[in-house]
Amino acid sequence: MSVAPVEVEQPDQDEVLHTDKPWVTIVWNDPVNLMSYVAFVFQKHFGYSRDKASGLMLDVHQKGKAVVSNGTREEMERDVEAMHGYGLWATMQHDE
Amino acid sequence: MNGADLIVVAQFRRARKGGFSVTFGQSEARVLRHVLGEMLELLGPEAEPADDPLAAALGIGTATTAPSDPALARLFPDGYTDDPGASADFRRYTEPGLRDQKRTALRTALETVGEAGERQVLTPVQAEAWLRALNDTRLVLGDRLGVTEDLEELVQSLADDDPRLGLLWVYDRLTSLQESLVQALWADVR
Repeated sequence: MSVAPVEVEQPDQDEVLHTDKPWVTIVWNDPVNLMSYVAFVFQKHFGYSRDKASGLMLDVHQKGKAVVSNGTREEMERDVEAMHGYGLWATMQHDE
Repeated sequence: MNGADLIVVAQFRRARKGGFSVTFGQSEARVLRHVLGEMLELLGPEAEPADDPLAAALGIGTATTAPSDPALARLFPDGYTDDPGASADFRRYTEPGLRDQKRTALRTALETVGEAGERQVLTPVQAEAWLRALNDTRLVLGDRLGVTEDLEELVQSLADDDPRLGLLWVYDRLTSLQESLVQALWADVR
């Protein structure tokens, strides 16, 4: 196991305020992506169980969107990039 | 009599000895090569002329807004829900790499269509390239055709001589192919 290096940069005030506010990745519904494919991607990329992946897929399908992951801004940028690679319509934002 | 050799309705399957198999019929192989080739053209040349060789080497692009072609904008959407500035930065850092990734997947698919009637056995990596290539192609076709969740309704709304009918048939075939591949791949995911 590795230990994260100590932050040397001094975060500015704005960043300090947001430190414990997690970011989220949202996947939005679209008419083309297959339900099976979307669930498959959630299972494969996030390592979710088939039940959890299918539940999130149904949320996207029925409610129009779902929060599929949360974490640091950098982590969410990686998730959004991966979703775009798979052709899913994803965006990230601060958790409200 | 007709042995129905020319039109095969292909499906991906798990191959008994590992990997994934598919056999395309002649018309399928030709249509697939055509649409995959068109997708590669749509995604554009390998590398944009680089004003900044270092940025190009690091995979940092210059585009800060979504492509004007709505189909391309669907392939490369904004990264942030409501933050155009952050979306612009995100795009500079991710779009060139995503374009490369999508081109590579399309090229892998194009190279493994195979000859008509010839059984292709794909590695898991090649199969995932097909999955991405088929999905991206459907996204572009879906956008061009104005596909909604009710495909039946769209088909019924078109006149018999509407050129979109033929493309919808292709779209439908790609959907079925992709579905067969998802099911075949799913057994590998734990």
